[in-house]
Amino acid sequence: MQALTNRNKAVDRKPMTLWEKMYIPSIVKGMSITLSHFFKKKPTISYPEEKRPFSPVFRGLHILNRDEEGRERCTACGLCAVACPAEAITMEAAERKPGEENLYREEKYAARYEINMLRCIFCGLCEEACPKDAVYLSETFTPANFTRESFIYKKQDLLIPDPKTEPEQYQKALGSRAKKN
Amino acid sequence: MFDLAFIIEKAVLIGGIITVSLLIAMYSTWAERKVAGFMQDRLGPNRAGWGGLLQPLADGLKLFMKEEIIPNASNKTLFILGPALAMLTAMMTSAVIPWGGKIEVFGRTVDLQIADINIGILYIFGVVSMGVYGIMIGGWASNNKFSLLAALRGASQMISYELAMGLAIIALLMITGSLSLKTIVEQQSTGWWNFFLQPVGFLIFMVCAFAECNRTPFDLPEAENELNFGYHQEYSSMKLGFYLFAEYINMFISSALMATLYFGGYDIPFVNDANLGANIGINALAAIQGITLFLKVAFFIFFFMWVRWTIPRFRYDQLMNLGWKVLIPLALLNMLVTGAVILWLGH
Repeated sequence: MQALTNRNKAVDRKPMTLWEKMYIPSIVKGMSITLSHFFKKKPTISYPEEKRPFSPVFRGLHILNRDEEGRERCTACGLCAVACPAEAITMEAAERKPGEENLYREEKYAARYEINMLRCIFCGLCEEACPKDAVYLSETFTPANFTRESFIYKKQDLLIPDPKTEPEQYQKALGSRAKKN
Repeated sequence: MFDLAFIIEKAVLIGGIITVSLLIAMYSTWAERKVAGFMQDRLGPNRAGWGGLLQPLADGLKLFMKEEIIPNASNKTLFILGPALAMLTAMMTSAVIPWGGKIEVFGRTVDLQIADINIGILYIFGVVSMGVYGIMIGGWASNNKFSLLAALRGASQMISYELAMGLAIIALLMITGSLSLKTIVEQQSTGWWNFFLQPVGFLIFMVCAFAECNRTPFDLPEAENELNFGYHQEYSSMKLGFYLFAEYINMFISSALMATLYFGGYDIPFVNDANLGANIGINALAAIQGITLFLKVAFFIFFFMWVRWTIPRFRYDQLMNLGWKVLIPLALLNMLVTGAVILWLGH
């Protein structure tokens, strides 16, 4: 039979020589290998203190973005919910009342906006579907909690901090994917 | 005659040595995990305290807090006796090891050795062979087939290797001419270390010490992947802790024994101890001697761990082959050659 690769090697079944039977040389060899590893640099990343750098296309938890004046961008058009292959997004629309112009960018807004993070597959289709640049996947990840209910993120969990009142937190939450205002 | 000062002196010494043994055993568990980590390119425990130094305390607390389970079908007396005996025999050996020279406290000259008995080595052999009962009783009383198998393996392994160990020691005794550990150390501090006179004997003794401590490559009584957890499978809480702890104390005592018998004990290398003592006083000398011994012991403990994370476990028949067909003939040959050389030099 022809070998598929040239890497195959016949098993050596020769009885061990006296030198090999003494074990000691091979033990010394093995122990020098482990000792050399003892002094090697460790590749461990001590997670909470050190973080692995993210690629620019990393897709973490969602944020709902605001515009430069701090108004919500989302108009509750529902395109993200339609685009979502995991059906993780639900929303309810409401009409902007007079006097709320500083809160909502357009006449219609999302009164309720929920993403089930246990259903979400972090594909980023909602972000692509959004015509108003409102929903983005940020660099936040590994959410931890005790109940399933707490993984259904409400609007207040998703909404980004106001860029006018809390610019630092806003920048931190924004991540690298969001189109900068 | 009743001598109160003598009793206090010995009680303090015993208390000190037990405390030191337990502390070293505690930090051996930390060191083991650190060494394992570093040899496998990991960091080891580093969360509890600086560099993970509080890890043994956390582990101990965890063991104490665990539920204490005694199996229904077990023999309760023996079940509790097992770990107690393992711990007891592990601690008892330290009585005859000299930990340093003499010190002077309150006008008394105190030997840093609990008992300088003239049959020190025989005493050690007696106690070490009792160590097998800890494993046997624990494994038997658990009423579990894995534990029983492990106990049988442990017993036959320890008995087989004790033989080679004894033969290796006989060759050493032919050189020293004394069974007292103190005399052996004193001989080494003026002359050569016994390692240079008995390299093969040391090798045999060390391999047997590994087997006696049930350390890899001879950890067949534990053999996680064949016998689940070996003889202490049914144990929980601090009774399990005692077994694990006894293993580390055994390791510490074996290291101390190897240092004492073959590497000069508390002898400071390249220095004439008596001259140094005349210059800096005997208390300072004893302190340096103690530190020297502990450095030697620390190296051997490291060596135990180094071997554990390098060499895989023997198969059972290989273990028996090595013990009976290699080590015992080798030890006999070593004894013969030693005797011949002594005879030849004597003439």
